[in-house]
Amino acid sequence: MAKIEFNDVRKVYGTNQVVHGITLEVADGEFVVLVGPSGCGKSTLLRMVAGLEEITGGTISIGGRVVNDLEPKDRDCAMVFQNYALYPHMSVYDNMAYGLKIRKLPKAEIDRRVNEAAAILELEGFLARKPRQLSGGQRQRVAMGRAIVREPAAFLFDEPLSNLDAKLRVQTRLEIQKLHRRLRTTSLYVTHDQVEAMTLAQRMIVMNAGRAEQVGTPDEVYSRPATTFVASFIGSPPMNLFPGRVSPDGQAFVAADGTRIGLPESVKQLGGRELILGVRPENLHLGGDNLAVQVETVEVLGAEHLIHAKFAGTGLIVRTGPHSSPAPGSMAPIGFSPEAVHWFDPATQQRINL
Amino acid sequence: MVEKRRWLDVLSYAIVIAGILLVAFPVYLAFVASTQTAEAVEASPMSLIPGDLLIENYRKVLFEGGDVGSRAPVGRMMFVSLTMAVGIAVGKIIISLLSAFAIVYFRFPLKYFFFWMIFITLMLPVEVRITPTYEVMSDLGLLNTFPGLIMPLIASATATFLFRQFFLTVPDELAEAARIDGAGPIRFFVTILVPLSVTNIAAMFVIQFIYGWNQYLWPLLITTSEDMYPIVIGIKRMIGGGDAANEWNLVMATAILAMIPPAIVVLLMQRWFIKGLVETEK
Repeated sequence: MAKIEFNDVRKVYGTNQVVHGITLEVADGEFVVLVGPSGCGKSTLLRMVAGLEEITGGTISIGGRVVNDLEPKDRDCAMVFQNYALYPHMSVYDNMAYGLKIRKLPKAEIDRRVNEAAAILELEGFLARKPRQLSGGQRQRVAMGRAIVREPAAFLFDEPLSNLDAKLRVQTRLEIQKLHRRLRTTSLYVTHDQVEAMTLAQRMIVMNAGRAEQVGTPDEVYSRPATTFVASFIGSPPMNLFPGRVSPDGQAFVAADGTRIGLPESVKQLGGRELILGVRPENLHLGGDNLAVQVETVEVLGAEHLIHAKFAGTGLIVRTGPHSSPAPGSMAPIGFSPEAVHWFDPATQQRINL
Repeated sequence: MVEKRRWLDVLSYAIVIAGILLVAFPVYLAFVASTQTAEAVEASPMSLIPGDLLIENYRKVLFEGGDVGSRAPVGRMMFVSLTMAVGIAVGKIIISLLSAFAIVYFRFPLKYFFFWMIFITLMLPVEVRITPTYEVMSDLGLLNTFPGLIMPLIASATATFLFRQFFLTVPDELAEAARIDGAGPIRFFVTILVPLSVTNIAAMFVIQFIYGWNQYLWPLLITTSEDMYPIVIGIKRMIGGGDAANEWNLVMATAILAMIPPAIVVLLMQRWFIKGLVETEK
């Protein structure tokens, strides 16, 4: 086990810079998730830790040792790939033992570790099988087993759940969580799925276009998004964002097309400023006098309804309980409380804390 | 498509049977001829029922050779052919696997130049470069030797290209996983890439064995002594020119013998070959 430190890490392909100076410290035993849309540089960052990509600038150290110029095998990391990358011609046992055999561990020790990992992952009955005789979930577990037997300083996960179906994904997510609680190995986990990120992370890094937009616990990131990007990326459906201007007395917000939104609490100090107002769909409720919208459609999801409405020239989504949806086409009054309001600066897209 | 028409079945069977007869009849004729006396073969029409000299004729060609034209025993020729064919097939596979490995998995200066050099030799068959190759082999003193027979035919752009295409379908993550597991390039090649290529190697072996077995022009140039003749040349040499009566029965026996090893290779490797085509898992 070890901590991983990123110090102004940059990656440039030719003239194309994909990672712009990431600085971060992953504590010993911590589970950190890198989340962001495709092409944001999160996988590249992970592959730089593994040693599969060269580090253009800055340093990465694992357990206090700078690994920039070390071969992957000398970095003491184990990686789980999206497509599992199991060796198709080897049995499950040999897949897990391969790295240990190369390290010339004694046979008895290899046997012990593989059997132990197989027990943890419930793979005991499958050790003699070939990967193609396994289901997707089992293959995924073998890939994790291959990482576990190495007893590495750090686990690197590169979207390990993307190839599983929805049900299995939820189940495996929980298993990964349990596994981490049990092994306490420093883990870096890359995903584009914000639900995965929220549920697994002790801390998460939201990345966009090669930059870390926000680093924090899932709760911090959700309740106090640092930028409009984080606000719309984390949370599903995304946060409603309206550009506009606060009225001079701070009692109302005037959206770009002139629609008024009554604010639940006066914000005198922001009076007259050009801002972006953000409210999460789950913080809006039917009834109240803050704004009125025309309902377009209602998505019935069982435990909740998503009301899509036309408002201020753009759309607005309200997430409500299952019983109270207005008919499409009707007008609905909407309210929200002072804590639900997020303010962002339109020029910098940064959060404004009151 | 479900078709239930009797006449269509009859027609398709008729075509298939006609095709088989067309291919099989000459082989049968050769076999029948190889079991008779030379005079019986010359008779017109030749009997289509096998004679009683099966063992006698084959024993004679295998261990003594014919009396007209070349007198080398066919047993030795088969040994020469077999060594040459296996040597060419194995050599080609090893060289092509290694060069495909280099081209696909390594970054080195002039990589694409080398790739295209190999690719361009596809356009240069043995016949085109045969004179300079002969010159080189004779300077090296390799005339009438197995290395001389085998080496010039080993380099193969086709096989290199085929293995390259296969390696490109192997997911990159496999190589990356092996690197993280601590496997160096050679270990990755031997323990992962080659086992994955087994079915392709089998297919290549079949094709290249037959290619090697059927070599005619190159052995014709480079071998001058009878004990280095491969069987394909042996057959030609047994047919004396001019007025001499040919021992067609022995020639046919040799031809049948020449057909057997490639047939065995195809039959034995067929299972792997088909497996390679059917298996989708990479």
